[in-house]
Amino acid sequence: MTIRSMLLAGAAAVLMTAGGAGAKTLVYCSEASPEGFDPAPYTSGTTFDASSHPVYDQLVEFKPGTTEIEPGLAESWDVSEDGLTYTFHLRQGVKFHSVDGFSPTRDFNADDVIFSFDRQGNKDNPYYEYAPGVSYEYYAGMDMPTIIKSIEKVDDYTVKFTLSEPNAPFLADMAMDFASIISKEYADKLAAEDRKADINNVPVGTGPFEFVAYQKDAVIRYKANPDYFKGKAPIDDLIFAITPDPAVRMQKLQAGECQIMPYPAPADLEALKSDPNITVGEQPGLNVAYFAYNTTQKPFDDPKVRKALNMSINKQAIIDAVFQGAGQVAKNPIPPTMWSYNDAIQDDPYDPEAAKKMLDEAGVKDLEMNIWAMPVQRPYMPNARRTAELMQADLAKVGVKANIVSYEWGEYLSKSKDPNRDGAVILGWTGDNGDPDNFLAVLLGCSAAESGANRAFWCDKDFDDLITKARQTSDMAERTKLYEQAQVVFKEQAPWDTIAHSTVFMPMSNKVTGYVMSPLGGHDFYGVDISE
Amino acid sequence: MIRFILGKILWLIPTLVGITIVAFGFVRVLPGDPVLLMAGERGLTPERHAELTHQLGFDRPIWEQYFDFLWKVLHGNLGDSLVTHKPVLNEFLALFPATVELGLCAMVLAVAIGVPVGVMAAIKRGSWFDQATMTTALVGYSMPIFWWGLLLIILFSGILKWTPVSGRISLMYYFPNGSGFMIWDALMSGQKGALTSALSHLILPSVVLATIPLAVIARQTRSAMLEVLGEDYVRTARAKGMPPRRVIGIHALRNAMIPVITTIGLQVGMLMAGAILTETIFSWPGIGKWMVDSISRRDYPSVQGGLLMIAAIVMVVNLIVDLLYGLINPRIRHR
Repeated sequence: MTIRSMLLAGAAAVLMTAGGAGAKTLVYCSEASPEGFDPAPYTSGTTFDASSHPVYDQLVEFKPGTTEIEPGLAESWDVSEDGLTYTFHLRQGVKFHSVDGFSPTRDFNADDVIFSFDRQGNKDNPYYEYAPGVSYEYYAGMDMPTIIKSIEKVDDYTVKFTLSEPNAPFLADMAMDFASIISKEYADKLAAEDRKADINNVPVGTGPFEFVAYQKDAVIRYKANPDYFKGKAPIDDLIFAITPDPAVRMQKLQAGECQIMPYPAPADLEALKSDPNITVGEQPGLNVAYFAYNTTQKPFDDPKVRKALNMSINKQAIIDAVFQGAGQVAKNPIPPTMWSYNDAIQDDPYDPEAAKKMLDEAGVKDLEMNIWAMPVQRPYMPNARRTAELMQADLAKVGVKANIVSYEWGEYLSKSKDPNRDGAVILGWTGDNGDPDNFLAVLLGCSAAESGANRAFWCDKDFDDLITKARQTSDMAERTKLYEQAQVVFKEQAPWDTIAHSTVFMPMSNKVTGYVMSPLGGHDFYGVDISE
Repeated sequence: MIRFILGKILWLIPTLVGITIVAFGFVRVLPGDPVLLMAGERGLTPERHAELTHQLGFDRPIWEQYFDFLWKVLHGNLGDSLVTHKPVLNEFLALFPATVELGLCAMVLAVAIGVPVGVMAAIKRGSWFDQATMTTALVGYSMPIFWWGLLLIILFSGILKWTPVSGRISLMYYFPNGSGFMIWDALMSGQKGALTSALSHLILPSVVLATIPLAVIARQTRSAMLEVLGEDYVRTARAKGMPPRRVIGIHALRNAMIPVITTIGLQVGMLMAGAILTETIFSWPGIGKWMVDSISRRDYPSVQGGLLMIAAIVMVVNLIVDLLYGLINPRIRHR
């Protein structure tokens, strides 16, 4: 590149990013680099924050700040009586973004919808494995290959999904990141030019922001999509400044180098809250940390023993010491922000004396058990080792000798799935789509007990009947009732000790207005404005 | 001299082959399965696990995987990352300039301060200057880098507001198709303030990264100088009435530089280690941070490709150091 052309490029870039006088730029100090810009092959929130949230839309979307479904690229939809067909009526006149080397010649239509799903489920689709190692884990993980029987184009603006059995959470699944709609025209062009992998480098969507550039591990730039179907975003430019260390993110926020940041260090919260220029947003996370017994082994097959152990563990002490207050004690397996949360349930009280008595009654003496502690920090669990140590001390008080074991993370996940596992496991879950089925069936259902995702290997017929019925019913009130009952059964049977739901904090400059925290944990900047 | 250089270069070949084995083996010796890590809590069925393992080729015999890796390396292909699905070589080259820029600045800082301080301390042995600098060097050598970096950020960026907190340049500057060397790109862009911005972003990370090498170099220079100053030829030079400046500058320093240059060469390897922490604190998009992320995700191709590249570069630097001996010391050159 000559000096002259570099000068021109530089000048153009300044014009583009600064956008002339009065352009509004929001800088977000993000916590890590995205793995790519195609959301479908990935499962991490960091990647979704940089891909599906700014750039893409889905057929249906989560209403900001809630887990309720609202129209997205589909203006409306019909569900057949038997719950087996979902017909989506698509929005007309929606434009895809233009990027270097691609300008759309047509509006969004049914072909894009069909392509976006077909590539994930059909091995013959040219984009099924468009780069070495690409696979669609979320699509598979949400059981889409079994649930979706067929997808048909009725006309250019109508798409019909036929399911293999009634599945009420399906609509919420369609709002998830893997269900983002990508441009078939763009994909075809890339395929013709033999650069399919670019779909993961330069995304083309219909969303509120257009991708501009990514400097690896440093900066991602977006500009507002002027043709966005809900109207142009109030800000003109959106910049992600990738800042892995939480203490440094805080310094950047305080110095004005960015206006909003996720995941502050718990120790810094006091300082952030007392800074007059900073507001700290706060919301319970859509997650749960749990302690799963192996309910197939003696003496943990006895609900009384499990309850006694639950009563011997001081959960509030864990919240205070490990979560440093950034969490709340969990009594149900689903978090309180989720619909159908049964607040009438009473948690088993912390009562070592009573616990000891219950263990004696159950004939348990000199019990020795393993506590499995995860080796990594997760959104629902800041420090599993420390939690295990507190539990160990609590259990000692009721005469139970506990040993703490741990493995490398991948191994931990696979070994803890072994039905012959010795001991109880600390683990957790972050919700995908706000549907209770995504917690109760995935973590506690009978088929999950077989696959091992149900770490308690707990298969209770009453519970499983309730959640299966709820999954197949589309009436919301009816479903709520069924899930509330299921939580009662769960509490009686106590396959887990429900430890905590963590709290999510979002510090931002006072200049930022209109930021709505998502209970699903993602970060969206459409609708955010910044005052000078 | 040419034979000397050729001999050194020929030795690189078996060493590099050895490194491919170590790089390939290292990440596979670590417990952990990249496929399981990819799926996380969500998990995957045993069938899906087998399918993915097969798709990635990890079910083949280990020697077959190794020779496949070696064959690709010989063709300039380091494979594709399991995470980003991009060629590892491209990823490396995109991040490498940032590490070089920071490493060079830190090295210049460490040598420019470390050598004169070491020389002065040796000449004024036992003085307050000697004692003060050597105590400081000891502290610097034992400094926990993460803490030190954060401390400097809080002081200079947070309280005094003299330097930016992190990053490579202010976000208002952006050079698509730049070389990746920010100082150079800023200079070439001709934009007002760009160079100043790039330089001000370099100060704190360079100081942090230079801290340990600076301490090592200062101490090494001092002890090498002390040794040389006690040699017969220095005494002779002094006895024949040579001005002290010349004695130190020509006779002593030149001879003392040989162990110092060795140390400097070895510090290049140390810089890579220091870069891991420094890059994380200062959000510096370089190789160190990338390697750590790749290891924690068991991204086999990135780890083995990255290690191979880093090892090759460190070897080339050490080769240059070896050749520098020849320039300084004729005895090595003519051997």
